[in-house]
Amino acid sequence: MKLDIERVRADFPILLRQIHDKPLIFLDSAASSQKPLPVLQAMEAAYRQCYANVHRGVYTLSEEATCSYEAARDKVASFINARAREEVIFTRNTTEAINLVAYTWGRANIGPGDRILLTEMEHHSNIVPWQVLAQERGAELVYLPVTDDGRLQMDRLDDLLDERVKLVAVTMMSNVLGTITPVREIVRRAHAIGAVVLVDGAQGVPHLPVDVQDIGCDFLAFSGHKMCGPSGIGVLYGREALLEGMPPFLGGGDMIRRVELHRSTWNDLPWKFEAGTPAIVEGIGLGAAVDYLEGLGMEAVAAHERETVAYALERLAALPGMRILGPPAEARGGVVAFTFRDIHPHDLAHLLDLEGIAVRAGHHCAQPLHKRLGLVATTRASFYLYNTPQEADRLAEALEKAARILGKAG
Amino acid sequence: MAQSPYRERILDHYRNPRHRGRLEGPDLVGEADNPVCGDRVRLELRLDEAEQVVEAAFGGDGCVISMAAASMLAEQVHGLNLEELRGLTEKDMLAMLGVELGRARTQCALMPLRALQAALKALPTR
Ligand SMILES: Cc1ncc(COP(=O)(O)O)c(C=O)c1O
Repeated sequence: MKLDIERVRADFPILLRQIHDKPLIFLDSAASSQKPLPVLQAMEAAYRQCYANVHRGVYTLSEEATCSYEAARDKVASFINARAREEVIFTRNTTEAINLVAYTWGRANIGPGDRILLTEMEHHSNIVPWQVLAQERGAELVYLPVTDDGRLQMDRLDDLLDERVKLVAVTMMSNVLGTITPVREIVRRAHAIGAVVLVDGAQGVPHLPVDVQDIGCDFLAFSGHKMCGPSGIGVLYGREALLEGMPPFLGGGDMIRRVELHRSTWNDLPWKFEAGTPAIVEGIGLGAAVDYLEGLGMEAVAAHERETVAYALERLAALPGMRILGPPAEARGGVVAFTFRDIHPHDLAHLLDLEGIAVRAGHHCAQPLHKRLGLVATTRASFYLYNTPQEADRLAEALEKAARILGKAG
Repeated sequence: MAQSPYRERILDHYRNPRHRGRLEGPDLVGEADNPVCGDRVRLELRLDEAEQVVEAAFGGDGCVISMAAASMLAEQVHGLNLEELRGLTEKDMLAMLGVELGRARTQCALMPLRALQAALKALPTR
């Protein structure tokens, strides 16, 4: 099924906005996506009609709120094809999900001399928690390098995967290069030496069909706000056996079965990892976002993005002085980071904003990757289900205009 | 509606920077940087006996806003004494540029002032 792009766009009220008297062209969904009406309506309805704290309440409102919140968990579980709802832990975002694993599984399983294998294209949130853990436990970080055209050097993987590697943490899609990584293959090889694999799905889950059983990963982390849902809610998927064996993360209400003065016992999964009042309405909003994406079909979403990005790549590559990072269209998702002539990314982003176009400038939380590519900062346009080839045209025109204003030759 | 800061006066300072370069044996040197974009500004000043700026130079890499601001600041500090240099505020720096900037770009505009402040801080108290 093909996306009906006009209908999709009509679902996102913010796309009617004018910025500096020009129609908004939103090309920063890799940072955070816009929200469709069904998500906004589900959240408003939750606050207006069935809001109360979840879990312990006996009264009707609390029952209703609990049902909606827990229904969202079922939706997420089915969306990623988890074996059981108990494998879906709600967190604040990807970052918190990764930290949860680092603080619980990591402290229990990583010791002196152990290695954690990352890749050079990771987001800071899939680097820093492991640095903290490695420092604390006397472990070592090793990195799978990237090629000049922004792919993982898979021929180096087996060298790096030795018996010291206890964990592999890898992104499903680079938020700078757009590269879609062969996570299934990485999981297969990592499991062969007994390593646990965490997949950073912050960019992958919003844009690609994801099946955790097919990928075979042990953990998957992602954020609601990048997949049409609200901020403040994210997900850690974990294999049940691993989650069962892990100590809890934060202590407090909801995560306990029984509390005595000097000791407590833990609640069942998934609540063992959800201390305190959760992001109730955000969870419900995420459930609505999953319904929305499933209604369109993730295959259709991915196909639409592939087409739009292929067009954008072609259009941008034709501009003199354009350097696009990352692999060709067939190996990437909706992210296009580039440098243009020698125009500073801040100036480009600013000049594009004056044309109503929202892009991001900077290192996109991937400083090691930029360093590897010999860059400090880039400009990034990221496309999602509501973007069109016409918007790529407008981007290319606005870039040419920026070059004229700054008088920069190609 | 916000106006474009990319106006002739700013672009002129960017394309034809005043006082870009280095001084030999400056009395004051300060640097500031922004790790988000890798921009850096270095400001060097020479003072006379009355502790007034007689020469200024700046260097570094950055966007139009930060480099134009550095050029303007290097021009404006001429003749100021230490007390006047210390008295320069963010408001003064933004007024020199004379354009409206959002929260993010204001940081670019203020980088040269941060370099000046770093230089003053490093000054041995006499
Ligand atoms: C690949 C990747 N990992 C992790 C994150 C962190 O996501 P969050 O800020 O929602 O925790 C991002 C978001 O920018 C990302 O793109």
